[in-house]
Amino acid sequence: MYVAWRDLRFARGRFALIGAVVALITLLVGFLSGLTGGLAAQNVSAVLALPADRLVLHASGDTAASFADSSIDDAAIQAWRQAPGVERVEPVGIVQTRAEGPDASAGVAVMGRAAPAAPGGDDEMTLSSGAASALGAAVGDDVTVAGSVFRVTAVGGDDWYSHTPTVTVDADAWSGLDRRLGGDGEATVLAVQGAPDNDAVATAIGTTVTTPLGSLTALPTFRSEIGSLALMIGLLFGISALVVGAFFTVWTMQRAGDIAVLKALGATTSALARDALGQALVVLIVGVAAGTGLTVVFGTLAGGTLPFVLGPLTTLVPGLMLIALGTAGAAVSLRVVTSSDPLTALGSTR
Amino acid sequence: MILLDDVTLTYPDGDTHLTAVDHVTLEARAGVVTGLTGASGSGKSSLLALAATLVRPDTGRVVIDGTDATRLSRADATALRRERIGLVFQQPQLLPALTAREQLCVMAELGGRRARARRRTVRARVDELLRAVGLEDQADRRPAHLSGGQRQRIALARALVHEPRVLLVDEPTSALDRERGASIMALIARLTHERQTATLLVTHDLVHRDALDEMLIVTDGRVAAPVTSRGY
Repeated sequence: MYVAWRDLRFARGRFALIGAVVALITLLVGFLSGLTGGLAAQNVSAVLALPADRLVLHASGDTAASFADSSIDDAAIQAWRQAPGVERVEPVGIVQTRAEGPDASAGVAVMGRAAPAAPGGDDEMTLSSGAASALGAAVGDDVTVAGSVFRVTAVGGDDWYSHTPTVTVDADAWSGLDRRLGGDGEATVLAVQGAPDNDAVATAIGTTVTTPLGSLTALPTFRSEIGSLALMIGLLFGISALVVGAFFTVWTMQRAGDIAVLKALGATTSALARDALGQALVVLIVGVAAGTGLTVVFGTLAGGTLPFVLGPLTTLVPGLMLIALGTAGAAVSLRVVTSSDPLTALGSTR
Repeated sequence: MILLDDVTLTYPDGDTHLTAVDHVTLEARAGVVTGLTGASGSGKSSLLALAATLVRPDTGRVVIDGTDATRLSRADATALRRERIGLVFQQPQLLPALTAREQLCVMAELGGRRARARRRTVRARVDELLRAVGLEDQADRRPAHLSGGQRQRIALARALVHEPRVLLVDEPTSALDRERGASIMALIARLTHERQTATLLVTHDLVHRDALDEMLIVTDGRVAAPVTSRGY
């Protein structure tokens, strides 16, 4: 790293430029990752919060199972309860509609749950913090859904389903609501605990079974939204590797004469390669650190107005991936180092 | 000591091979400046490249300070250059990012992690070498702020800082005016005698022949008998 450090100092303008590019790409990736995480949480946090080892959905016809179309009747529920290895089955109903609170009306996802997750009475309701905020409701207030009035007994949690905050009612109350909203009143999904032969049971009963995480693809909005954002993030990773690789390839080609001289003087190819990669790593680490810092600042500022998740998964992981991919890109420039012929140092005029 | 023993070197030239060095035997002794001169294309730079272990001869032996370099692997030949050979190029070939002092210190870093043990000893010699070439007051300047003669002096100091047994010099005065050229040649001669290096110096400029202890003429890849010897 002896020459590499001095090159960094000598050509600080050029390295500052590529460092700034890396920082901006890191900011963009970090911001998109945070936004993706925030949107994902607004989409699926209620599903992921269900107490389940597996989730059971019902697919009608040849179409893939989806939360919007799934409907599980009592026979299927009983069959799952009686399957060997099953410890607990909770039917959960999910329907999206509008609710009216004391201050405002807002779209909510009404979850029909069994005790202990459900409120005690069939005219009671618990609100997530998002729903309480959107409806302007607090404990003791009344909230009206599809003509039924519910008394708010608790506010807590920050669960969302398909970008709407959740409210929770008793399973029987939910069935009535669902029918009034045009549904069949059957549960949407089963939260299964235990270790049955899931695939065999699901096939026998005519349902589909998946992990909570795997079930997210049954939310069409989640699939399209996260797919688009993930594509953008993936492209940015590719772009960063290309940009860093192109910069260091051009930089190393400019130094080809110096490399030949150093080899002629006795430098090993491995020492020169370590020098080149070390230099790239320094630029990447500094650039990514600056970009991550900016992401934290902007993420903190945007957190109040945008669905944004600020955490290791949306800052450190993308940063580490950028460093790894950038280093891989810079490794392309090592070809100049390995192919440089020290003989060219003799007789060359630079 | 440098010994080229019945060495032949050919290069591919279309469908045939061009003989650059043709059964040459020469010896450059410690403490002696041995000059190689000849017309352009006569093979003197090829002889220097052979002595520098930058190319391997088709036949014959290249012995550097008692080691037969033709038997070495590429990695070992690189280590031999790093430890026992000093190289001065036609142009100073200094690294633009490094100060004059750092141009010398870099010689301790060439072996990567294995270089650490040499770092202290090389760095201890840096000031002495800068003084020896008369540039101790220019130690913190980069090449862009040095004259051509000063750069060549730094290149010479770089070639000697690791105390090589062998010094190979390629046309050191080609980019300098006569006065600066004479100064560099005198410096090479003085340091060769003081440090007892075996110096092989390629030149086509016979203006400075007084600085050479021995001179060999290269013609069509062959070496004639010494034409000058001062018997150092």
